Amino acid sequence: MQNFTPLSATVGGLLIGLATTILWLVNGRTAGISNIAGGIYPVRRGDELWRFVFLVALPVGAWLGFVAAPSIFAEVPRTLPVITLSPAWLVGTGLLVGIGTRVGRGCTSGHGICGLSRLSVRSFVAVGTFMVAAMIAVFIVRHVV
Amino acid sequence: MSDTRIALVSAAVSGILFGFGLSVARMTDPQKIWNFLDLGAIPSGRWDPSLAFVMIGGIIVAFFGLRLDRWLGLAKPIAAAAFIKTSRTRVDAPLLIGAAIFGVGWGLSGFCPGPAIADLGLVPGDVYLFVIALFVGSWVAGQFLEWSEPSRTSNTTNAAATTSAL
Repeated sequence: MQNFTPLSATVGGLLIGLATTILWLVNGRTAGISNIAGGIYPVRRGDELWRFVFLVALPVGAWLGFVAAPSIFAEVPRTLPVITLSPAWLVGTGLLVGIGTRVGRGCTSGHGICGLSRLSVRSFVAVGTFMVAAMIAVFIVRHVV
Repeated sequence: MSDTRIALVSAAVSGILFGFGLSVARMTDPQKIWNFLDLGAIPSGRWDPSLAFVMIGGIIVAFFGLRLDRWLGLAKPIAAAAFIKTSRTRVDAPLLIGAAIFGVGWGLSGFCPGPAIADLGLVPGDVYLFVIALFVGSWVAGQFLEWSEPSRTSNTTNAAATTSAL
């Protein structure tokens, strides 16, 4: 398991759990990214600003993490992720993720972190379904095609 | 500070922490996601279970965090009128179909919504195209859902309708 980074992965997860806790206790909201993003348009007075602030803060935090993490964890690379996908592929897969998370009402954060924490049956089913679907898709692309 | 201001500061802090966590765990790198989803790499010893550790870490904290309101006896959030969560409990066809469509898109791109948005302005390339398509897809599907189940959406309040997507 040459790429395995258990320490930074667990600490990153704990921080995501903390972010989820803050948004719940202070804002009374579930930190599901697809819901926060999906609810931003059409604009609902009084319900859009916090979503916008959260979504803008997300890349700011990611940038801080990118700068800080390699000096804290030797296992975290200093190089930026490289995106190898073509524009058409990005648009196509973005549409699938947008449609799927809206129809299935949640993504890796909403169902995966919040829903599983709440022991929601719907979320257990959703996580099992999207994990299997994603694993099949990756298997086909990497080992069959 | 007014409740509105506190809520916005809290959303900013939460968003920064969330993005920071994603970045520390390197979930911002599609390659890292593929290395987890690729079970075919297990025999060669190149499988990367890191993503499971991110989820476990998140769930350990959120398991307690999402129950603190009840344990502390909070009737309402610190800076909002009410705790808002989905009222849906039934495992229905849209849940399964939607999760399957999402899974295919996630597997083919290595991006779920959080990391894609977190990569904006950080990672060179055309991630913004994925994010725009994500918003468009979500909006189109939302219109379709409203059209296909009008009774449900018209009977719920705005707030409840938006959070019915977890």
